[in-house]
Amino acid sequence: MSCDVELHNVRVSYDAFCALEGIDLCIQHGEALGIVGPNGSGKSTLLKTIAGLLRPERGTICVFGTEPRRLPRGTIAYVPQVEAVDWGFPATVSDVVAMGRFSHLPWWRRFGATDRALVEEAIDAVGMTPMAGRHIAELSGGQQQRAFIARALAQQPRLLLLDEPTTGVDAATEEALRLVVRGVVGRGTPVLMTTHDLERVDEWFDRLMVLDRRTLALGTPDEVAASGAYSAIREHTHTHGHLRVDHDPHEGHEAHPEVRV
Amino acid sequence: MIHALLAPFAYAFMQRALVAACIVGILCSMMGTYVVLRKLAFIGDGLAHASFAGIVIAYLRNIDYQLGAAVVAVLTALGIGFVHRKGKVSLDTSIGVLFTAAFALGIFLMSRQTRYTLDLQSFLFGDILSVTRGDLIFIVAVSAAVFIAAMLAFRDMLFASFDPVVAEAAGLPVKWLDYGLLVALALTIVVSLQSVGIVLVAALLVTPAAAAYQLAKRFTPMLLLSAAFGVTSTVGGLYASYFLGSSSGATIVLVATLLFFIAVALKRLRPA
Repeated sequence: MSCDVELHNVRVSYDAFCALEGIDLCIQHGEALGIVGPNGSGKSTLLKTIAGLLRPERGTICVFGTEPRRLPRGTIAYVPQVEAVDWGFPATVSDVVAMGRFSHLPWWRRFGATDRALVEEAIDAVGMTPMAGRHIAELSGGQQQRAFIARALAQQPRLLLLDEPTTGVDAATEEALRLVVRGVVGRGTPVLMTTHDLERVDEWFDRLMVLDRRTLALGTPDEVAASGAYSAIREHTHTHGHLRVDHDPHEGHEAHPEVRV
Repeated sequence: MIHALLAPFAYAFMQRALVAACIVGILCSMMGTYVVLRKLAFIGDGLAHASFAGIVIAYLRNIDYQLGAAVVAVLTALGIGFVHRKGKVSLDTSIGVLFTAAFALGIFLMSRQTRYTLDLQSFLFGDILSVTRGDLIFIVAVSAAVFIAAMLAFRDMLFASFDPVVAEAAGLPVKWLDYGLLVALALTIVVSLQSVGIVLVAALLVTPAAAAYQLAKRFTPMLLLSAAFGVTSTVGGLYASYFLGSSSGATIVLVATLLFFIAVALKRLRPA
């Protein structure tokens, strides 16, 4: 079967520091992939590379059969982990979500009724309708996160990339997000989502990737659990808090043999 | 009474000055919205000083000084963008390096002239009353071009100003929007030089938009409010300078500053 997103032997570096190495991946239509791993394991780097924000030093990336940067406008929606925006920017929740439509609107097209309807629908999907007219600075962290997810939904992307959307949100929001993700996947849009620590991964994702600069495991949540790679990562994260899992590249490979489907 | 109030505009030079003041007031303050939101206040000063080199070169080569100023300001703007991206230095640093270089080049070229008749005063402080018919055509043409480009790129520019990373991931040409904004700002500044001068043009780019930022909750109202503050400053300043016998450029900037502090006060008074 052909892949919507295909990575082959991808290596990404920041100057001298190698963030990702030897990544092979195939994401199929309507598939939700969870990417887990400790801080500094390259999860965000992987999403940014697929989004076309970073160029791989080696290897190839194909999104819908082409390089990410050559895709038509609006193909990819990316929700970063930390929004580095100016919270004093004069914009309400509706204004921010409306930006999701901009990539589909060339200068000669008006922001029409369809666009407005999609914006309202996206705001509703994340449960932000009562806050639609609020200025973005008046929102809590979780509400801001939901507004940015709504912007991604309004874009109606063919690929959705979410970087740790569950960090710092309450249980109810987390469940709402899960339903949003499953809804998007159900319409055939592949979703790649990183997560630091999440219970019930099997209810979120079709497949799971355990990442620590290299792929430690890749398979269904059950297969990954059986491999021991995920629990080893969780052990480390829990024991050492923010620390990354340090291991010898070769030793690591043997300790967590890759599971592939 | 009415007659006395309209008296200044009986003169042709005042009529031209009024038209220039309206255009410059609106253009600067609307482009200033991006300057304030992207925290680029330094750029106005930078590009204005850089254009000085163009004025000197134009003088030495005996070509139109506005053309010289425009070419050097646009090249400096592109250089600033290039050094920022390729040299991996902050935009602020890039502006600091390049505008002083261009300004120094202007001084260098001028200092080698034993005799010069270039009226520096009018470039440094502006002389809106000396706007000729030809100047006005230049101002209208360039302003129209910048205005149309800004309207066409409106949504993309808004998205890229608010959240460049996500905009780039969504496929917007963020790099070209950045360069385009720098070029548009260079042209805006050149068009405004004659009205307010090299030293003060930055105020027209920053102050009305900063005042609007105090009061507006959404982008389009901020843009319109900024334009209103801008045109009130330029026209009000021009008018006041006629009666006070003061420098028009300085009076315009002082009116803008007054409006800014009124906006700050209004924001504090307004119930949250």
